[in-house]
Amino acid sequence: MTTTTTPYDVAAVRADVPILSRTVHGKPLVYLDHAATSQKPRAVIERITRYYEEENANVHRGVHTLSQEATDAFEEARRAVQRFLGAASDREIVFTRGATEAINLVARSFGEAFVRAGDEIVVSELEHHANVVPWQLLAARTGAVVRVLPMTDAGELDLDALPGLLTERTRLVAVTHTSNALGTVTPLRTIIDAAHAAGACVLVDGAQAAPHAPVDVQAIGADFLAVAGHKMGGPTGIGVLWGREDLLEAMPPFLGGGDMIDRVRLPEGTTFNVLPHKFEAGTPHVAGAVGLHAAVDYLDGLGMENVAAHEADVVGYAVERLSAVDGLRLVGTPRRRAGAVSFLLDGVHPYDTGTVLDRLGIAVRTGHHCAQPIMERLGVPGTVRASFGFYSSRDDVDALVEGLATVQRLFS
Amino acid sequence: MTDSDYPTRAADVVAEATMFDDWMDRYGWLIDQARSLPPMDPALKTDAAQVRGCQSRVWMHATPVGETLTLEADADAEIPKGIAALLVRVLSGLPAREIASADLAFLDEIGLREHLSPKRATGLDKMVERIRTLAAGA
Repeated sequence: MTTTTTPYDVAAVRADVPILSRTVHGKPLVYLDHAATSQKPRAVIERITRYYEEENANVHRGVHTLSQEATDAFEEARRAVQRFLGAASDREIVFTRGATEAINLVARSFGEAFVRAGDEIVVSELEHHANVVPWQLLAARTGAVVRVLPMTDAGELDLDALPGLLTERTRLVAVTHTSNALGTVTPLRTIIDAAHAAGACVLVDGAQAAPHAPVDVQAIGADFLAVAGHKMGGPTGIGVLWGREDLLEAMPPFLGGGDMIDRVRLPEGTTFNVLPHKFEAGTPHVAGAVGLHAAVDYLDGLGMENVAAHEADVVGYAVERLSAVDGLRLVGTPRRRAGAVSFLLDGVHPYDTGTVLDRLGIAVRTGHHCAQPIMERLGVPGTVRASFGFYSSRDDVDALVEGLATVQRLFS
Repeated sequence: MTDSDYPTRAADVVAEATMFDDWMDRYGWLIDQARSLPPMDPALKTDAAQVRGCQSRVWMHATPVGETLTLEADADAEIPKGIAALLVRVLSGLPAREIASADLAFLDEIGLREHLSPKRATGLDKMVERIRTLAAGA
């Protein structure tokens, strides 16, 4: 684990992330696609290897030593995530395949318990498709109605519209903490207070929050929060749903299968396991969970306050330097921003920009970023998005700005 | 454009492209190809003519002229448009069966194959698929 002193030693952090030393098309990799997935610290990679070399077994049911060690590692990972997210109990930490599955779990199980025809779900216009489509599917199943909390030209949520959207039929508000497409940090406190006052629950998409700043679910005060392990230094295929225990208790299971049961009877009469196992059917992604444990330990070692301060500097520098590029337009100019900057070059399609930057070793994302409603609202076909993480540096920003000058020359 | 066969046209394109050793220069050449592509009749840029699966918008249309096909294409990004322009340059005006059976190996030779892998966001493989479908249906 890296011990950093103030100021943040980004060179030491980068040395902890092996992939950052590779080249692409003969150029040093400049990785600016953290919002799609983060790169992994060596500690995470080594932890996963050690799990398979020394501990691998199925969890929860074996009496043999390996199974008990694997179970211990898996449940330790749950407690590590509980501490990282500030949850009151490990019964509130459900492992999922990712943030997408976490949201789908809530849409399915909360929906089944609490949502009826004519009820309303408020979804913000700033959402990733993963926090849009599950609610549309729920609406289609139940006859509930999806209502939209709109965004402004700056890419912020239009809070003036909120009171008019919350009614006695509102069952849940689905809102992101941080926009993956624009980097907007939303005013959760205001939204959550208003939703609760109206008697509605709130699900927060925290996929782009947990990698960048301390997340304390009790301080946030929502009812559900979804997190993706792979966006915070952990492996793919593991995510977390945090949910308020009383709500999780009241919700029926999501998937059926092994591990989520108490007793199975035929032809009916099956009873279910306690939280959180009720929501974890089948063999879980144990290696993913222990890898995520290593990731949160690594981030804790850096200190999320330090990570947040460092990234604020890099992202602020990116906004400043990109704003100074002639012929570049920022897409989304939120007052509070984390992790990502979206932009367009005049007269150059995002696809062309991304292709040429790739040739220069610079990895950015182009397109709609799984947020087509945002693109439609802003009247752009897509954007170029540079996104940053704990290992990003001002040098990455300089390389990007230099690369954009090459793009502009080529397409002039 | 109708005075030679596919192998001759493809060889011409390869000879031209490989004059540029530096990838930047080659992209510059590709952009020139895009800019010299004859404009596509806007009426032909229908949903049906749009090639699905591309991150940029690409249109392809084939008009039968006797036994041959006249190809027209457009795209809203320059690199895909450059590749579309090469396809038009090499294939348009040839007999449909020659278009359908063209191996398009010239795209490899000029270093553009990376754009044609199935998962690539351009979906340029879809462009090729579309041309082959148009040719097979002619």
